[in-house]
Amino acid sequence: MSQLHDLTVAQLAAKLRSRQVSAVEAARHFLARGARHEALGAYLATNEEVTLGQAEAADRQLEAGSAGPLTGVPIAHKDIFVTRDFPTTAGSRMLEGYLSPFDATVVSRLSQAGMVTLGKLNCDEYAMGSSNENSAFKPVKNPWDTSRIPGGSSGGSAVAVAARLAPAATGTDTGGSIRQPASFTGITGIKPTYGRASRYGMIAFASSLDQAGPMARTAEDCALLLSAICGPDPDRDSTSLDVPAEDFSRSLDASIEGLRIGVPREFFGAGLADDVRAVIDAALQQYQKLGARLVEISLPRTELSIPVYYIIAPAEASSNLSRFDGVKFGHRARQYGDLLEMYKQTREEGFGDEVKRRIMIGTYVLSHGYYDAYYLQAQKIRRMIADDFRQAFTQCDVIAGPVAPTVAWKIGEKSDDPVANYLADIFTLPASLAGLPGMSLPAGSGAGDMPVGLQLIGNYFGEAKLLNAAHRFQQATDFHLRKPEGF
Amino acid sequence: MSKLIQGYEVVIGFETHTQLSTQSKIFSRAPTAFGAEPNTQAAPVDLALPGTLPVMNKGAVERAIEFGLAVNAAIAPRSVFARKNYFYPDLPKGYQISQYEIPVVQGGSVEFFLETGKGADAAREKKSVRLVRAHLEEDAGKSLHEDFVGMSGIDLNRAGTPLLEIVTEPDMRSSDEAVAYAKELHKIVTWIGICDGNMQEGSFRCDANVSVRKPGQPLGTRREIKNLNSFKFMQQAMDYEIRWQIEEIEDGRAIQQATVLFDPDTGETRAMRTKEDAADYRYFPDPDLPPLVVAPEWVERVRSQMAELPRVMAARFVGEYGLPEYDATTLTQSKAMAAYFEAAAKASGQPKLASNWIMGELSRRLNAGEGTIETVPVTAQTLGSLINRIADGTISNNAARQVFDALWSGEGRDVDAIIEASGLKQMNDSGALEKIIDDVIAANADNVAQFRAGKEKAFNALVGQAMKASKGKANPAQVNELLKKKLAG
Amino acid sequence: MSLNSEDISRIANLARLQLRPDESERMLTQINNFFDVVEQMRAVDTSGVEPLAHPVAAFQEVALRLRDDVASEVIDREANMRNAPAREAGLFLVPKVIE
Repeated sequence: MSQLHDLTVAQLAAKLRSRQVSAVEAARHFLARGARHEALGAYLATNEEVTLGQAEAADRQLEAGSAGPLTGVPIAHKDIFVTRDFPTTAGSRMLEGYLSPFDATVVSRLSQAGMVTLGKLNCDEYAMGSSNENSAFKPVKNPWDTSRIPGGSSGGSAVAVAARLAPAATGTDTGGSIRQPASFTGITGIKPTYGRASRYGMIAFASSLDQAGPMARTAEDCALLLSAICGPDPDRDSTSLDVPAEDFSRSLDASIEGLRIGVPREFFGAGLADDVRAVIDAALQQYQKLGARLVEISLPRTELSIPVYYIIAPAEASSNLSRFDGVKFGHRARQYGDLLEMYKQTREEGFGDEVKRRIMIGTYVLSHGYYDAYYLQAQKIRRMIADDFRQAFTQCDVIAGPVAPTVAWKIGEKSDDPVANYLADIFTLPASLAGLPGMSLPAGSGAGDMPVGLQLIGNYFGEAKLLNAAHRFQQATDFHLRKPEGF
Repeated sequence: MSKLIQGYEVVIGFETHTQLSTQSKIFSRAPTAFGAEPNTQAAPVDLALPGTLPVMNKGAVERAIEFGLAVNAAIAPRSVFARKNYFYPDLPKGYQISQYEIPVVQGGSVEFFLETGKGADAAREKKSVRLVRAHLEEDAGKSLHEDFVGMSGIDLNRAGTPLLEIVTEPDMRSSDEAVAYAKELHKIVTWIGICDGNMQEGSFRCDANVSVRKPGQPLGTRREIKNLNSFKFMQQAMDYEIRWQIEEIEDGRAIQQATVLFDPDTGETRAMRTKEDAADYRYFPDPDLPPLVVAPEWVERVRSQMAELPRVMAARFVGEYGLPEYDATTLTQSKAMAAYFEAAAKASGQPKLASNWIMGELSRRLNAGEGTIETVPVTAQTLGSLINRIADGTISNNAARQVFDALWSGEGRDVDAIIEASGLKQMNDSGALEKIIDDVIAANADNVAQFRAGKEKAFNALVGQAMKASKGKANPAQVNELLKKKLAG
Repeated sequence: MSLNSEDISRIANLARLQLRPDESERMLTQINNFFDVVEQMRAVDTSGVEPLAHPVAAFQEVALRLRDDVASEVIDREANMRNAPAREAGLFLVPKVIE
């Protein structure tokens, strides 16, 4: 039998139900691995007592036969989700040691499904970043090459799964923060349609873009987890849609014969690195072998999505982060004169460079005299981008392309060039702006034998079809089974 | 033409924050009770704890719709919540959720009578103040300044209390008119029950935008007097501000736009410490809240469930009871007053007489502080039967006043009993009256002679004698008639 | 268009950030580099296009969900305030607020 940590969520769940392994054993095993590989920087908080307590409760359910499909399976949460039993920092000094009086809806839904929480995972500060170098506490290292970044902002989540420190993790995706690190670490991750998952308890970065989603090793696992995560939260989140929860596993095995896969020519321009291009081309050929049809489409405003996103997201962030003022919770400066100084000094000390940069950009584009030229203009082009997708989906069922122009880069390589980081988000931003579901699945390796992910973008509420297409791909390939040396 | 002060025309516009009488906050399920222990009425949403999101209270929207209907405004089918960004310790999120570009209530007007002049030249003018809008927003918390080791304490119980901010056009031309408007607005919101109207507790707070100009000139620079929470202070503050602005201009100093506070102790207004960037609120649509959609069916449902509005009721009083508009408006100052009038009018079948008595005898006593309309010792039915006795000639108006006194002081309960007991009945038995008149004629031969000689005065003297002899119970008209007959005969 | 150091200090003040001089310097260059990328966006003709504030509005009518007016929240002041940097007598403490 393969080792416990090599099992997928589905396999582990089966072993738990058949009592070949107990939830407590599983929990201990993964806690131990987390400790052994602490150097990766994936975890920000663990609490053995809490975790084992949950595991024991899960075992009782498993004994009683009242277990669900996820009961007893360990999971770890991105530290952007507030939790009652673990401190929540959002990767920021500002919130060091913060204890939330409530659990995020996503967290409580997964707990109710019987999952056992291993701890909180490192991420870019307030989910702002694509390399995880913006964590205030420590960088996260890519297990495929620890001199490289794991991607971000859900870098800790991606590494925990890739390095087998957890069978699955939650992530959040605002402009690609699930898809890009999944691609860089060779795992599978999905961001649902905006409004599918409750945002309650997810520390807000950009309210009109933030979505939670699962990160795991297979599409099958993602389907299981997504079914537990999604569903209306009418009492807590006004942006949560009145769309009933779905069983996303139902059509995993359905044939994709005749599936029309749209290939946006703008995703294959000069900016795309050859090694990545080769992997994506091969993946598309694989889909043809599986009976899918490739359709060339156009998303003419792909490049515009960068300025549009980097105006809208910082604008919303500048306002969302105003509550961090040293009054009700979080850091307060030691040295200050009057109230104004207290604010300024507290926020200066509490926020990192990238967060301050985005607060500055967002404050500027909303400020008097600039709103129409920047924020409003961006919101208009945002609609045009959404319309481009609507047009595209008249010709295809799903859209496929690269997640990122390159493989994971070296730690420090771009850290003093924020704009370079922004430009690297080009392929994940359009779906985010349109509120569409998107995912990344392992499709091979590029330069330095680093993983390369294939991005699939679905139509609104098309998650089941995405997962079906991804699952069929994974039935025919083994990229998702590869694991980094020494893990 | 509005009256001028030292040749200046006063221009006033109002912004009124009315706390809506909901059970829970506008965006959270925390209670809205006043005066609780600090921060015991504040949910995580109200404290802006990380991860919290706003969820809109239907009751607040319903109340906004009711107000819109009450002032003949348009209810926007789609309105938008925006974020007003600024840092302040009583503003937990660092922004206030408020309606900016598209408010839920648009337009409308408030009508009222303005009493002008005193005594002889007392007059009343009908006024109408146009509303620009009324929008929903959340209240802020409170900074408590009593010293905590050199710091301020923040209580967020009030944070998130639903507010309807009602904004007028700069239509008012005197502090009297502005106060009259405020009183009328207060009447409307309490009448329809969307606000408890408690000004001490801050449920009804007014900001007055005051400026002055020479007639015909463009609007002058305005100063905004914040948080006026009593009609008395309102008047004092505006009067002081008007005098101050005129003096400044007369002394050749230009008015600087400012936000000022009124200090009841000094009776003066003073400019608030200005936040240099206060102007740049960086409004943008709140991405946490989709647009507020109000379907026409909802508006109609609310309309059908609303109590009769003061102005509708007043119009009905004019039509149904033939009252003058002024009577009708005065009687609809409060629901209780209006109900009292309708009962008295029905009991007596004499609406105008009922109105006169309520606006006269009754109001005089109430204004003199002798109880409230809810607790008057004389029920509407009783007043009704009293009015009947005047109408059917049983008692004179003077006698009726004595009866009313007795009823008020509690000497008696039943109108007829009091009339009997104090013998106020008019003498309508012509036999007894003829006897009296015969005696008077016999006893005053000289007056009779003078009358016959054409001296009208003499006749009045005889009438007086007769009334005196009847101890005032005789019906004067009857006395006249009989005397004429007998003297002629 | 490009920003100058006055813009930076004005915005920093609006955003309540006490930027160090060297930080402001760097911020100015980086933000101006960013606005070079933004230029292409300003040129786009968007006349007659309705701004998209809620992504869902791109594919279905969105309307604010309203909850019934019930004060059902159970408030645990201690849990809600335990992260406060300074508090006393159930109040959050801040440097004197002058109006």
